[in-house]
Amino acid sequence: MRFLLDSEQRAFAESLDAMLAAADTPAVVRAWGRGEHAAGRALWSRVARAGVFALAAPEAYEGVGPLPVELAVAFVELGRHAVPGPLVETVTTEVLLAGLDDPGPAKRLLPALVTGEAMATVAPSRPRPSALAPQSGPGPGPESGPESESGPESGPGPGPGPEPEPPTPGREPGPYALTREPKSHALGLPLALDGDAAAIRLSFDAEELRLSPGHGPIRPSVDPARRLTPLTPGGELLATNPPSVAQALTWARLAVAAQALGVGLALLDRTVAYVGQRTQFGVPIGSFQAVKHRLADAKVALEFARPLVFGAAVTLDPADVAAAKVTACEAAYTTARTALQLHGAIGYTAEYDLSLWLTKARALRTAWGSPAECRSAVLSGGGRRW
Amino acid sequence: MDLARSPAEEAFRAEARAWLRAHVPPEPLPSLETAEGFAAHRGWEAELSAGRWSVVTWPTAYGGRDADLQRWLIFEEEYYAAGAPGRVSQNGISLLAPTLFDHGTREQRARVLPPMASGEVVWAQAWSEPDAGSDLASLTSGAVRTDGGWLLSGQKAWSSRAAFADRAFGLFRSERGTPKPHQGLTYLMFDLRAPGVTVRPTGRLDGKPAFAELFLDEVFVPDEDVIGEPGQGWRIAMSAAGNERGLMLRSPGRFLASANRLLALWHARGSPSATRDRVADALIGARAYQLFTSASASRFLDGETLGPQSSLNKVFWSEYDIALHETALELLGEEGELADTDWSEGYVFALAGPIYAGTNEIQRDIIAERLLGLPKGRR
Repeated sequence: MRFLLDSEQRAFAESLDAMLAAADTPAVVRAWGRGEHAAGRALWSRVARAGVFALAAPEAYEGVGPLPVELAVAFVELGRHAVPGPLVETVTTEVLLAGLDDPGPAKRLLPALVTGEAMATVAPSRPRPSALAPQSGPGPGPESGPESESGPESGPGPGPGPEPEPPTPGREPGPYALTREPKSHALGLPLALDGDAAAIRLSFDAEELRLSPGHGPIRPSVDPARRLTPLTPGGELLATNPPSVAQALTWARLAVAAQALGVGLALLDRTVAYVGQRTQFGVPIGSFQAVKHRLADAKVALEFARPLVFGAAVTLDPADVAAAKVTACEAAYTTARTALQLHGAIGYTAEYDLSLWLTKARALRTAWGSPAECRSAVLSGGGRRW
Repeated sequence: MDLARSPAEEAFRAEARAWLRAHVPPEPLPSLETAEGFAAHRGWEAELSAGRWSVVTWPTAYGGRDADLQRWLIFEEEYYAAGAPGRVSQNGISLLAPTLFDHGTREQRARVLPPMASGEVVWAQAWSEPDAGSDLASLTSGAVRTDGGWLLSGQKAWSSRAAFADRAFGLFRSERGTPKPHQGLTYLMFDLRAPGVTVRPTGRLDGKPAFAELFLDEVFVPDEDVIGEPGQGWRIAMSAAGNERGLMLRSPGRFLASANRLLALWHARGSPSATRDRVADALIGARAYQLFTSASASRFLDGETLGPQSSLNKVFWSEYDIALHETALELLGEEGELADTDWSEGYVFALAGPIYAGTNEIQRDIIAERLLGLPKGRR
């Protein structure tokens, strides 16, 4: 066992870091958030030329993969520099396509993703139930898309569900009773990242993988770099019963985990630099123990997320990947809270670049598997774990 | 980068597993913080030692197996998965022995290590004093030169295992008025039953005498029990903190076993959703600690030192251990307050984690100043 990056992997990280540091990503992110994609596409090409999109694609489709450890290395750096665009979704699409029984769709679509000529996005074709989903009763409202007539492919399906309790006659509802389900609790159509920038838009469930013909209106994310769109239902059928869905979700979670780790590391670095130069009461605020200890805790959280991310890349075991995803995202989010607090009011402004990482830490937390879903994946299956 | 075990390592694992299966007591031993339990645990150390499993990382000459860190990690996984007893000799094995390997004489190693390995001599630590805790270098217990050795006088506090142990090791001030407080300290070993030593056991939170106060009144220590050069004690005591000692204080195997026992308890109690996240976090934390330690071990085998990295370790496992036990006690419901369960014993033990071996506040200062490079300031 040698559980350390080798010198080539470290050199790959360093070269990506140097390339991205020189690219002024905050300006790229801000343009991307306004829907101006030119600078983002130029950066995307450079990321592709560095080989990032070849890592998940097998040689048969112009890739060099699968190389999950190198992919994790790359996504840490992409997160560290807040690179915009459907990075995770492009990798997920590659894995989804490469794992189909019919090589046709991959041969046709995958090489352009590897070279960076095209971006891809991907989303489930039906809503996933959440804790807030109504167990029964009317379907989603008209603006939330088509009827959700059956359960999704992953996670517990809604099933028959318990019957709603009939109202007890003669009893007033309690003071906290909801008179009706708030509209925002209804399940909308799943949103895909950057559907307007991606040339390839896949929607999938356990039965079908389709090439979506278009996308709906853009909904803003808390992270200005993330532009979310519903995908137009229907479109060309690429595969029935696609066998690679679970594998693609594993890679999606791994990539988000690595990206979140990079986001957290950048937040920590920026905050350490800030508290070292920001002076109050005549001394740098970083000399105060209350400040130091918050940063120390962020450091502990990130340094224990790191081996989970790379361990998950080595094993690709779904429980390992879920553990890495929830831990890296929570560590990044904890670090974001600390970064915001220690920057004070300047950190609370959109114009200060720290905000690009703060908001991404929040967005990634629920992307491709909420903390609860990831913890469930760790607990599922009987017997000893690890 | 890989997590693969070699066939030789797997064979080592199988050998350890088979031996443990045949020897681990079927019923848990009484608490090692009681006279009866201490004796039972000492007996277990002798049995481990007879099978050459008590000190696997030591050279064979001293009763070990020359096992590297990877094999130590494997052994610990098997040891705790087998439900084997806690290690009454841990202080000696993981704190004194590495110091003797680095700074002791051949004569000291030959004399001290074999009876430590067999549990015949159990060691206590004597660092803290009533007025020297986190600020350990301010300690005042003295060592005064005498014919053929030193006379120790003063008071030590919170001396783990000292209520029932045989000997102790620690730092004493051999030179007064040095420019800096960590100068003029000497690292010594002494007999807890020597004339002039009074041991007053201290009940920990559950009343069990897990540690003791030591009152020393001109206790004679021969020169042969000084480790390294007199006056160099601080450097000697600290030098091992950054090497594998920081790694070996708590093994991942221990937490993996605890987390899996917690998972079994959670299932046995009907998998309640209220504790679901925390049970998952206990499993994830054990895995994180296992992988973190694997990375550290790989770095160490590359010839790097761990240095202040070991502070990350300490903060993580000490807080993790408490959270895990709190979850277990919550799962036990009304039985959670009972003092005579393994979970309760483990909980009380875990509560001390953030306090000893350098409080977590000191560790966070180290992380902030040495790993993050933040400016020094008032504590």
